Amino acid sequence: MQELNIGPAADFTDPGRRIVECDGIEVGVFKLDGAFYAYGNICPHMGGPACQGRIIAKVDEDIAPDRTSRGFVFSKTQLNVICPWHGYEFDIRTGRHSGNSKMRLLPVRVRVSEQGDVIVALPPEIRRGIADAGMGVPPRPSPPAA
Amino acid sequence: MLERTPQQFRELKEITIKSDTRDILSHATRQAESFEDYFLVDIDAHVTETQFWNEILACIDNEVIRAMGMGQQLRPGQGSTALLNTVTGMSYQHVYGRIPHQAALDEPVEDTGVHHFTTLARRAMDALGLDYQIVFPTPMLTLGMHPQEDIEAALAGGYNRWLTERILPEDDRLKGLVYLPFNTPEACVELVEKYAGDRNVIGFTVTSTRNKPVHHNAYMRLYSMIEETGKPFAFHSGFHWGDPSFLQLNRFISMHSIAFVHWSLIHMTNWIINGLPERFPKLKLIWVESGLAWIPFLMQRLDHEYQMRTCEAPQLKRLPSEYMRDMFYTSQPLEKTNLKLLQSTMEAFNAQTQLLFASDWPHWDFDTPASVTSLPFLDAAAKRNILGLNAARLFNLEVKRRRPRAKDVLASRPGIS
Ligand code: FES
Repeated sequence: MQELNIGPAADFTDPGRRIVECDGIEVGVFKLDGAFYAYGNICPHMGGPACQGRIIAKVDEDIAPDRTSRGFVFSKTQLNVICPWHGYEFDIRTGRHSGNSKMRLLPVRVRVSEQGDVIVALPPEIRRGIADAGMGVPPRPSPPAA
Repeated sequence: MLERTPQQFRELKEITIKSDTRDILSHATRQAESFEDYFLVDIDAHVTETQFWNEILACIDNEVIRAMGMGQQLRPGQGSTALLNTVTGMSYQHVYGRIPHQAALDEPVEDTGVHHFTTLARRAMDALGLDYQIVFPTPMLTLGMHPQEDIEAALAGGYNRWLTERILPEDDRLKGLVYLPFNTPEACVELVEKYAGDRNVIGFTVTSTRNKPVHHNAYMRLYSMIEETGKPFAFHSGFHWGDPSFLQLNRFISMHSIAFVHWSLIHMTNWIINGLPERFPKLKLIWVESGLAWIPFLMQRLDHEYQMRTCEAPQLKRLPSEYMRDMFYTSQPLEKTNLKLLQSTMEAFNAQTQLLFASDWPHWDFDTPASVTSLPFLDAAAKRNILGLNAARLFNLEVKRRRPRAKDVLASRPGIS
């Protein structure tokens, strides 16, 4: 599979993100707590550019021991990228939809080279996935960590 | 080792309210490459008229109400809402900033000699792969709940004038439905008389968010007149958090999920049980923006009760569901989480001939044409009907390709938003 060098890892903020397009293949690369994650820029909902959306912490509800609600709070642990088309939220660490774990972004292999550059794979199915939108991209196991 | 070769790729930026429509929708354009030979009509897209509100206020006939609106605009922050009954929740639609295009389409627009809105509409039509687009208002969708009937009528007149004189003549791919201020039946009658012959006006619409029974005798003249024009009559649903039962709902998702369907259920029930399909057999009715799942529910429910209480609906000669099957429905928001249910739903009302594709762009729950082309249980003929041919028959539109090729749209978009 073709790979792409997108430049120094040190150029990423943390949390940070870059989205790259090469020959019709669009990939979002994220840095969070020092680790890199990458996904195809296709939303499993209708094929929107999911990686190009806003990054906002997951919203939780604080339920007291007596089961009363204390209202909304932002998660301290989960940061989501939100598809700009209709608002589907995906956990940056897993690519899974925040409210439906069966739905997920297509994971893409990403690593940092010995020279300190971020190298990301370019799976050709992303190109086809964008055109086939609405059908979703079949989930598959996460690639091994770099 | 993999060398750095930055020229190998380009960088895509975050989508914001400043992004170009063609960049926001570039994936839809790539989807459109697979249905290049389809004729495509979008029955329900929206003008965010408050963006051009001063132009609409200037089109109000009544000089005092026009001056009231202009005067109200002087107050900071009220430029885009003067005279409107803006409701809680209208500004929640973009999910608190998560869906930028709903918050605003604040993209750069070069001066091309046409209205700003026309440029945005052309970009959306090209990006989505549409030959025609029919535009509806947005904040005016709740105008039926305005406590002042004369203000509804005045704003309706201003909007219709702006739409028909300023916007529609600029692009033959854009068509409109005249907004009828239903709280004032006489004003509706005047508007039908005025616009019946306008070739860019392909029908008439009532916004469903209101508490006026559609079977009231006051409306019979209006329905006769619309029937005579041969142009369809659309109920466009919406939401309003002020309805007493909705005040119990504490989240926008709860209210929005129910509200559209709520008004469609009420108006459809009144329409059928009071025998209006028998009284106006040639009136072509369209139900806009409630999704599809409510249709088989109401068909079954009304058929069930009608057979026990036929004496309360003496004008009916057929089952309620049979009348509903003669009507037209728009597709958005297409409920797709259970394809088996969706298939049965579509079969229940003969979607092949009665369903019209609607995008609802630029609203937060918009659908692309791929929402229909991707349905595995529809054959190609059904998809072509739903995406354009049913609309062509209903609105008398020439079936002719009017859009650029998707490949050319992709090549000409700004590229990097
Ligand atoms: S396409 Fe991403 S939320 Fe719909």
